[in-house]
Amino acid sequence: MRILRRAPVHLVLWLICAVWLAPVVGLFVSSLRPASDVAASGWWTVFRHPAFTPANYRDVLTAQGLGAGFFNSMVIAAPATAIPLLIAAYAAYAFAWMAFPGRGALFALMVMLLVVPLQTTLVPVLRLFTAAGLTGTFPALWLAHTGYGLPLAVFLLRNFIGGLPPDVLDSAAIDGAGAAQTFFRVVLPLSLPAVASLAIFQFLWVWNDLLVALSYLGGRPSVAPLTVTIAGLVSSLGSGWHLLTAAAFVSMVLPLAVFFTLQRYFVRGLVAGAVKD
Amino acid sequence: MGTLLLAAIALAGAPAASVAYILAAELVLGRLPVRSRRALRPWVWLAPALVFVAVFLVYPTLDTVVLSVRDATGAAWIGLANYVYAFESREALIALRNTVVWLVLFTGVVVAGGLGIAALAERVRYDAAVRGIVFLPMALSFTAAGVIWKFVYEFRPAGAPQIGLMNAALGALLPGFEPRAWLVGAPWNTLCLIAVGVWTWVGFATVVFAAALKAVPAEIVEAARVDGAGEWRVFLNITLPLLGPTTGAVATAMVITALKVFDVVYVMTSGNFDTDVLATRMYHALFVDQQLGRAAALAVILLAATVPVMAVNLRRLRQ
Repeated sequence: MRILRRAPVHLVLWLICAVWLAPVVGLFVSSLRPASDVAASGWWTVFRHPAFTPANYRDVLTAQGLGAGFFNSMVIAAPATAIPLLIAAYAAYAFAWMAFPGRGALFALMVMLLVVPLQTTLVPVLRLFTAAGLTGTFPALWLAHTGYGLPLAVFLLRNFIGGLPPDVLDSAAIDGAGAAQTFFRVVLPLSLPAVASLAIFQFLWVWNDLLVALSYLGGRPSVAPLTVTIAGLVSSLGSGWHLLTAAAFVSMVLPLAVFFTLQRYFVRGLVAGAVKD
Repeated sequence: MGTLLLAAIALAGAPAASVAYILAAELVLGRLPVRSRRALRPWVWLAPALVFVAVFLVYPTLDTVVLSVRDATGAAWIGLANYVYAFESREALIALRNTVVWLVLFTGVVVAGGLGIAALAERVRYDAAVRGIVFLPMALSFTAAGVIWKFVYEFRPAGAPQIGLMNAALGALLPGFEPRAWLVGAPWNTLCLIAVGVWTWVGFATVVFAAALKAVPAEIVEAARVDGAGEWRVFLNITLPLLGPTTGAVATAMVITALKVFDVVYVMTSGNFDTDVLATRMYHALFVDQQLGRAAALAVILLAATVPVMAVNLRRLRQ
């Protein structure tokens, strides 16, 4: 009786899981099928007539520029994660443990900037980069992502650092530690869980970003990250699905690895960062 | 090789330089009298963040407002002509309309779907697995999600074997179903794009609602059951009101997401076939039409739409 009553619940949940997984499975299966098969029959027929090839991956990684794209994404995302987090931690420490005039107002400004749409900054920042000769270069993206990532990082780290036990900071001061020593020896190590969640969020946010890269890199293939390269392939390849599916999967490898290995930090980071974009 | 070197310098050098800056500044502060040290120290620690925020967020936002009343190159003042364009030209009106459709449907479906999935999953033992599966797309870029779903929506004329999941599944389930080019015909194409957004974001809402559901006191629910309330009564009259603040927070986050949506439209339709939203129209005005003023005006409209959300956030901060 109980099982019968619960059957609809199970059915709906299984259906939801199928709808969420099937498109991803279809993408992965298609990326491994020969080009002629992908164009001729649905990917689900592969379970009756299995035929696989690594050729699509070989093609996208070399001829279609995905290998270079992967490298560029890495070069963009790593510094664009490390720099804003450290700078945000300094500011969060000041907001949390130092008294100064205008503290409340400045923090309120950070909270407001949290939801400012990126698009609002596009035109003036582009003009700044053009004037400085930075358009189409990696430093432009490192700087821009640092600026865009700061409000969220300052906001979350201030709340975390502000919640550290005052005794710990006091005893460091009694031991004769200055502000810098207290920060690097006590505050930063204690904040690692928050920093880790934020780092994952910021890294994936930069890794998955299309708009910022598209706007400030000007579509130069030599500096294009994966997202820009793939967006270009979508329009140039049309329905070359054997290549598009492989390309998309290449861009998903790292996020999926993060998802499966660091799930706890990953969920916490994304949920905390969801207000932004 | 030059790239690698540059990246290594940025990755190691920039943080090292910021540490050196703090240490050097603290060294200088240590030589000052206590009073000026106390007064100056916060600004030393805040300075890098404030500089970045000023250059990349505050100044550009103000400058965009100024540019929105200037001409295509930003040189001459032209009054409100760009706003007239935004509210009177066909393409901008379509973008505005679609953004409103995104705001309502995307936000509504993500909130309702997330709440529904969280409430259902709570009743089974594999709830963590369900949440994990639904959350998975959050890791992917909208670019990848766009490719995934463009493939699902792929269309072949009737008679040919369908390779897109959508047409194939509907063809198998509904007798006499005619395959459709889902991304071409308005208004269905915008709904298909919103579905991709929902697929990506429902997991976020599910995870947040699941945490809130765990916090609903078991005694209250038990008491209601003892009083004879059925599952639905308990959910509608007890659980739902307790979830009010969570619903507000999720809806706020989704409103912001819907306002800024860009990638999924750019990748899947490039804004063709009447699927433009404000962000894609703005990108088009900026890089294709080279109309700085129009792009800025569209951006200001986006900004204005976020002001209520800023106010809500600030009020929450005060509490």
